[in-house]
Amino acid sequence: MQHGAARQDTSVLPNTTPGSVSFNHGALAITGDWTLSGYQAIGQQLSRLPPDARKPGTLDLTNLGQIDTAGASLLADFLGPDLLEDFVESDPVLHRDTAALLQIVARSLGQWKEQDIAEIPALTRWLSQIGERVQSLGLLLWQLLGFMGQTLATLFRVLPHPGRWRVTPFVAAVQDTGLNALPIVALLTFLVGAVVAFLGATVLQDFGATIYTVNLVAFSFLREFGVLLAAILLAGRTASSFTAHIGAMKVNEELDAIRTLGLNPVELLVLPRVLAMMVSLPILTFVGMIAGMVGGALVCVLSLDISLNQFLAIVERDIALRHFLVGLCKAPVFAFLIAVIGCLEGFKVGGSAQSVGEHTTSSVVQSIFTVILLDAIAALFFMEMGW
Amino acid sequence: MTPIIQVRELCNRFGDNVVHLGLDLDLRRREILGVVGGSGTGKSVLLRSIVGLHRPTYGQIRIFGENLLTLSPPERSKLEQRFGVLFQGGALFTSLNLQENVAIPLMEHIGLPRAEAEKLARVKLALTGLPASAARKYPSELSGGMVKRASLARALALDPEILFLDEPTAGLDPIGAAAFDQLLVTLRNALGLTVFLVTHDLDTLYATCDRVAVLSQQRVIIADTLERVAANPDPWIQDYFQGPRGRAASQAADNDRANPHGDGN
Repeated sequence: MQHGAARQDTSVLPNTTPGSVSFNHGALAITGDWTLSGYQAIGQQLSRLPPDARKPGTLDLTNLGQIDTAGASLLADFLGPDLLEDFVESDPVLHRDTAALLQIVARSLGQWKEQDIAEIPALTRWLSQIGERVQSLGLLLWQLLGFMGQTLATLFRVLPHPGRWRVTPFVAAVQDTGLNALPIVALLTFLVGAVVAFLGATVLQDFGATIYTVNLVAFSFLREFGVLLAAILLAGRTASSFTAHIGAMKVNEELDAIRTLGLNPVELLVLPRVLAMMVSLPILTFVGMIAGMVGGALVCVLSLDISLNQFLAIVERDIALRHFLVGLCKAPVFAFLIAVIGCLEGFKVGGSAQSVGEHTTSSVVQSIFTVILLDAIAALFFMEMGW
Repeated sequence: MTPIIQVRELCNRFGDNVVHLGLDLDLRRREILGVVGGSGTGKSVLLRSIVGLHRPTYGQIRIFGENLLTLSPPERSKLEQRFGVLFQGGALFTSLNLQENVAIPLMEHIGLPRAEAEKLARVKLALTGLPASAARKYPSELSGGMVKRASLARALALDPEILFLDEPTAGLDPIGAAAFDQLLVTLRNALGLTVFLVTHDLDTLYATCDRVAVLSQQRVIIADTLERVAANPDPWIQDYFQGPRGRAASQAADNDRANPHGDGN
């Protein structure tokens, strides 16, 4: 590498001589180029010098080639900033620019007081990490509950004033979270429906009860799979997008701008999204149930010798309406939780791009976890109630 | 003396919007060139074109006699190590602390081990006037002025020959901006830097620049010393330098020259 300071004025020679240092009879001689490319080699040479070389009687810089901040910092580090500055000031032949460079490096290093970082014992660190995790988990729940309350309170404040309803963002969010997700939800549940039918047929064949595949598919999709698959898909697809969107706005100080304009970010950003999700997810759940049963029916018709009429007749005879309602009534609850978690994680984003990524991951993990946990609790509850 | 950067016949067009048309500009070794112009005259586009972030519609740009866009990736990387860029918003990596931000190019290009790279990074941070307590802080914890200083330290990490600065004093308080100007001149003198400075700040122009290039009507209408540029009859230049702010900055610079304070640090 070439460096301006000395190069420009000494000569035009582009050939470089590697930097070196020698110590004889109290005189420290610096030769060659002290630049970044030779940083490590010179550093090693310096470390091999005897300890009294750090307090030399004279500093000989006459054979110094090029020098940059890296070389200057090595010298300042070795001699100490004060000593180097003294030598530079008393050197009559040193080039003005080189002297200026050495001085500015020495001076800024002199002002720089290294900070000690206290070492923490491993056990203490481990314990404190556990404590931090537990505390952050508690804080997470606390914040989530608080944010849910805030969202509901805002909703009830806005509800009596139709002028404050944000219809356009709501419709846009319904299109984004509902309509655009429809094909993928339908395809996914269709495939899972076919898989469930195959699994059921394989197991039930041993008992000669293949016909119950119909009940299995209809039962599982109406009560559980329709809503669960749709919710998990939306958790991955929409919660992450909410977090990233609001998080990027936070990094960009847009949220602060909203607040200083006297507007409420919860009303402006969160409510339309939450309400849109609560509309979209039940629709997607319904589509998921139908698509799953179509998938099951297709397998029944094509490989189990159960005709479509037979399939529909069994569904009509054996499956009560309440199974459908049990499945569907979970959808708005899941939707509310997914949307609230997605938005809250967005608000929690700190100042960095990394933080946006972390919180997006966290929002997806949290919302899927919450959905599955709640679904398990609901399944237990409905079973105990005999619904 | 051949110029270190040569821009010839540069044209930049975004759709129907012609930003540059036949723009010529030279940057000479060891000078601080200030580039001024109204909003939307393409100062930042010019900077981005020179450093190779934007492919010009037409025209030739040579840095150290080479065309960045036609070099092979390793050659280009080598050339890029010879200049440093300070972006308008600082563009520090938000997920790294300051010393890591500065140490990254040292580890990647010079192959220094992390401990040594961070030590050298702290020297650069000290050089730009940051306190030791800032080295382990993250960009989001710093004030705008400190971010500017830290990104200057990163731009200086590899001891570049050319420094590109995009509005370095924008958003700084006047005291911080004046300190930055002094720092720039001191570093230029000590390190032998060549500086390409895009700015709106008249005080910075008067305090630091050897030459000023004025961007207007899609080209550089004049690139010369401040006195000669200020004497140019072009209406925009007259408005710029003879407006209330221009006169105040000019007077301040005259006063500074009459009774200089300090020795440049």
